[in-house]
Amino acid sequence: MEATLTVRGLKAYYQTKHFGVDREVRAVDDISLNVRRNEVYGIAGESSSGKTTFIKVLAAAVRPPLGIVAGSVAYRFDGRTVDVAKARQAEIDAIRWSHLSYIMQGSMSVLNPVRRIGAIFDDFAARPLGLKGDAFRRTVVAHLSRLKLPAEVLRAYPHELSGGMRQRVTIGLATVCSPEFIIADEPTTALDVVVQKDVLSLIRDLQRDLGSSVVFVTHDMSVHANMAHRVGIIYAGRLVEEAPTRTLFTAPKHPYTAHLVASLPRIGDTRPRPALEGRPPNLADPPSGCRFHPRCPLAIERCRHEVPPLETVGPDHRSACWRVEDVAPLAGTIGLQEGRTA
Amino acid sequence: MFVIFRDLVRHNLEFAIGITLMGIVVAFTLLSFFSPVNPTHIFVTMPDRPPSWTHLFGTNSRGQDLFWQLTFAFRNTLMFGLTVAVISRVISITVGLLSGYLGGWVDRVLMFVNDIFVAIPTFPVLVLFYFVLRSNLDTLTLALIMAGLGWPFDARLIRSVALGLKHREFTRHAVFAGMTTRKIMFEEHLPYVMPIVFATFMANMLWSIGLEVTLAVLGFTNINVPTVGTTLYWAINHSALVVGVWWWIVIPIVFIVIMFIGLFLLAISMNEYIDPRSRLNRMGA
Amino acid sequence: MSALLEVEGVTKVFSMGGILARKSFEAVHDVSFALQEDRPEIFTVIGESGSGKTTLARMILGLETPTRGTIRFRGRPVSTRLRAAERTRFMANVQPVFQNPFEAFNPLKRVDRYLASTARRFLGLRDRAGVDRAMDEALVKVGLSLAEVRGRFSHELSGGQLQRVAIARALIPNPPLLITDEPVSMVDASLRMAIVNLLKSLRDDLGVSVIYITHDLATAYYISDRIVIMQRGKVVEMGPAAAVLDAPEHPYSQLLKASVLSTQDAGEGRLEVPVDLATASSRLLDEPRSRLEPRPDGRLVRVYSAA
Repeated sequence: MEATLTVRGLKAYYQTKHFGVDREVRAVDDISLNVRRNEVYGIAGESSSGKTTFIKVLAAAVRPPLGIVAGSVAYRFDGRTVDVAKARQAEIDAIRWSHLSYIMQGSMSVLNPVRRIGAIFDDFAARPLGLKGDAFRRTVVAHLSRLKLPAEVLRAYPHELSGGMRQRVTIGLATVCSPEFIIADEPTTALDVVVQKDVLSLIRDLQRDLGSSVVFVTHDMSVHANMAHRVGIIYAGRLVEEAPTRTLFTAPKHPYTAHLVASLPRIGDTRPRPALEGRPPNLADPPSGCRFHPRCPLAIERCRHEVPPLETVGPDHRSACWRVEDVAPLAGTIGLQEGRTA
Repeated sequence: MFVIFRDLVRHNLEFAIGITLMGIVVAFTLLSFFSPVNPTHIFVTMPDRPPSWTHLFGTNSRGQDLFWQLTFAFRNTLMFGLTVAVISRVISITVGLLSGYLGGWVDRVLMFVNDIFVAIPTFPVLVLFYFVLRSNLDTLTLALIMAGLGWPFDARLIRSVALGLKHREFTRHAVFAGMTTRKIMFEEHLPYVMPIVFATFMANMLWSIGLEVTLAVLGFTNINVPTVGTTLYWAINHSALVVGVWWWIVIPIVFIVIMFIGLFLLAISMNEYIDPRSRLNRMGA
Repeated sequence: MSALLEVEGVTKVFSMGGILARKSFEAVHDVSFALQEDRPEIFTVIGESGSGKTTLARMILGLETPTRGTIRFRGRPVSTRLRAAERTRFMANVQPVFQNPFEAFNPLKRVDRYLASTARRFLGLRDRAGVDRAMDEALVKVGLSLAEVRGRFSHELSGGQLQRVAIARALIPNPPLLITDEPVSMVDASLRMAIVNLLKSLRDDLGVSVIYITHDLATAYYISDRIVIMQRGKVVEMGPAAAVLDAPEHPYSQLLKASVLSTQDAGEGRLEVPVDLATASSRLLDEPRSRLEPRPDGRLVRVYSAA
């Protein structure tokens, strides 16, 4: 299947100088991955894993002190390829919103509080759609009805809507131009559990209707379990594992992933859950070799000095670990028979 | 302390220039301690002599050496400005923090008083003080009076910062950690207020010095005390420019400009350094 | 058996608006429960935003006064208008842990400052050695040590560590009751279980009762003894945690359970929204008459007169 997005060897660092103190934060340090057409690719990673920076690069929203140090981020739309790491502003503007759009976190800070929803749609979508006046309005209203939003929403201000409705408006804004590629950045993090399921279901239905590729970023593994076709785990600026969803949750091949999927509590299960030692690494001064080695239960001497490459370990399954054969699912992983422990 | 100073000089051009300019002015004023002449005596030398090697800045129409006269004038003016700024900062910080943090009736009463002081017209009040005190109005008294009038605007600014800080989570934690109100205000919140204090310190100095000069030029201060303002008063009184004694006016003004630019540059460069956000950046947050 | 904390018929009404047009809004309606002195437990309050759970926590901490009803700690009333000595004694016994570990400490100051202040104020320690010892003991209880934490600023520690330091600080006066408001929602997934396990050990090993406020049903199931589910300020179901979460009776409780995303069916993409439960629970919100009815397994469920 053809890839809509190809990322190769991406490195993006924050370089700051304040009063003689030079800091280089290596937020994205050599990531390569593909996102295919009509697939939801989940990106999982914790705070300070570099996933937010990765998303900024994908969305072509790179501004100083962030800079792309190496690598390419190539989108394929209509047979054309655009590398946002190197393209000129005009090329990026041409694909923005009509081919590549972005569902942002925190709808309240995204929607301009002093403009009505209709005006916001106008700001974002009129130019990419190339429509004006009545034709534009009809398209927007039709799109909103797919999101179960009434036409009256266009006349409201953001603060007059509930959190769930605002998030649906944000999703509507991102999808009204039927883009081929949508980046969703923690779209349901601030929402209540009941509203969250509703919004996720909506995003999934839209993705199916439009046939778009979605890169869905969240730290919440249970969201990935239910939304993503494939999941990539980012740790300390590097991609450490990538697999189809069911495989990742039942047979992970990286110690970090194994821990993550085993430690999720579930209703009906009070078995003790393992806790990971140590703390997430400082991207300004990351550990040498494999960045997970200080916290890894399987770490050996080699892990301290050599960076393990991301290698194929199964069908559509890549992992970066020197001891990948020794990684076994931990107690608490779903689908695991009772009695088997790490 | 020295490291901070060295960092600032090395990396911040405004600070470097500002400190140089102020350094020149302060060095100049320090010379007053070595002055061979008493600045209050008049007609001790030949009047109206232009600048020369014996009299570096010339002499004025009152028969005084302008160089030594100015060292005293600037020293008194700088001390005056510093006194007003320091005292009014203390008042505005205390009022602002108390008002913002305690809220309730304390806030209402303090802001009521604050607004009254804002409404008072400063200049006529100072003139009134002159007429009441006459020659008892020496520089220190004037400084105290102006400090009492120069705090309200800044108190409100500080109050708004304190109001924001009151609702931050670490304030709640500080309460549950058993910190007293005084400790929270002056140890937890004060660092956030310092940028305002610094910026307004310089602004206050500029304001008070400017006002003193205005009063002096119009003759509403004790004109026998040598200050920048009184120097200008006498120069105008003797029609210096008309008579051709240009050095009496131009040289003090050149020094005033150097001083004001120096203070301004120091204010903006120190401010950037002290600002909590840039401090956090430097610490590596 | 004496009561540690008694919450009786507590209601909180907020009124907003000017002199001529005042609107009132009931954040908490008639909540009652009690925690016993010699039976440490983890009592969980589950609710979405707008359920009143945070307001309830604030009232228990004495930061808000109930409009109706009383809250008593060890027999003494809790209110905002306590005198200094009473307030100090109260804070030595009831300590909070809030949601945001990154905002818990002043970013410009070192974190051990707050630990030292707590030790000095509530344990009455004056000497340096005594204070250090108290801080170290508390930090060890949470799996850290004074050596790791001394002199650090908050940006030098991870969210998990900061939250543990916050818990250590709260433990210094050896309080019998801890009020934790969403303590792990802003902590990374890999560090979350360490904190949740810590709360469990506080109850099991140190005999501390914890009021755990959260919207996360899974961690609630994992550690709670009793659970109360709140919807728009009203209690809809309350009782033993396992019983209530295994078989919820009230439609809202069922809705919450059905909305939880499980990893059990990872990869299947099961995102069906429980629409009937959603409509049922929002309809019940408008029912004027309801009361809490006890059930044989010890739970209380809100039932409606029209039903």
